Amino acid sequence: MDVFFYIACVVAIVSTIMAISGRNAIHSLLYLILSLLAVSVIFYLLSAPFVAALEVIIYAGAIMVLFIFVTMMLNIGIEREAEKKWLRPRMWIIPSILAAVLLVNLILAVKSVQALQPHSGAIQPKQVGISLFSTYLLGVEIAAILLMAGVIGAYHLGSQKKKVKHRFLEIK
Amino acid sequence: MLTVPIGIQILFAGILFFLGLIGLLVRRNMIFMLMSIEIMFNAAGLVFIIAGTHWRQPDGQVMFIFILAVTAVEVSIALALILQVYHHFKTLDADAINNLKDRN
Repeated sequence: MDVFFYIACVVAIVSTIMAISGRNAIHSLLYLILSLLAVSVIFYLLSAPFVAALEVIIYAGAIMVLFIFVTMMLNIGIEREAEKKWLRPRMWIIPSILAAVLLVNLILAVKSVQALQPHSGAIQPKQVGISLFSTYLLGVEIAAILLMAGVIGAYHLGSQKKKVKHRFLEIK
Repeated sequence: MLTVPIGIQILFAGILFFLGLIGLLVRRNMIFMLMSIEIMFNAAGLVFIIAGTHWRQPDGQVMFIFILAVTAVEVSIALALILQVYHHFKTLDADAINNLKDRN
């Protein structure tokens, strides 16, 4: 079991370093997704399967897609003759190796009998849900208010302000 | 069951956190700064999960769910701000936006 943890650690650290040191924003975001997936494997190994699923679905699935949308809207990563460069193995060999290592790691971890058993130490999603909606009910309400504020704020900030143009009084 | 000592697990979370901190301090592109903040959030959540597993309590996972909600809100607001800044200044350099008033 421990070796899976160390492999996922190495994958996470290497892909995080590549993410913060990259020049192309899209490439860095893809490395960051790989790092999040590696952390998700670690969550699974730490007997927190529910949070591992949440990490993949919300972090790597939703938040990173939001990032990629905005980055593509801003046209930052555009490069001429890019496709010629992408076909060189130097560009894709490192992320491919990292992702393959992580995939093999995950398959072996899931296949090993120890990991699959609902051993006594694992915290089941049921416990989390009961705790979330009894002890931390106030926190859930506050999170709901925060999400509502976030929706309104993002809508307000994201809307383009209409320029008021008068025929004679155009302020420059 | 994982038998990695808890010190090494915390050390891993600390390494991730400091990578995010270094990225935040070194990079000037606002997309990269936001990504670094994400890395730091993720490392903080990892510490919660490690502690929750260590004491066999569900509280750590509950806290991670709260961190997830906060992160989602923070990312959406920050990306909307980045879009506005890019429309206004035509750049994402954080050093280029250090004036509150229009220069021209």
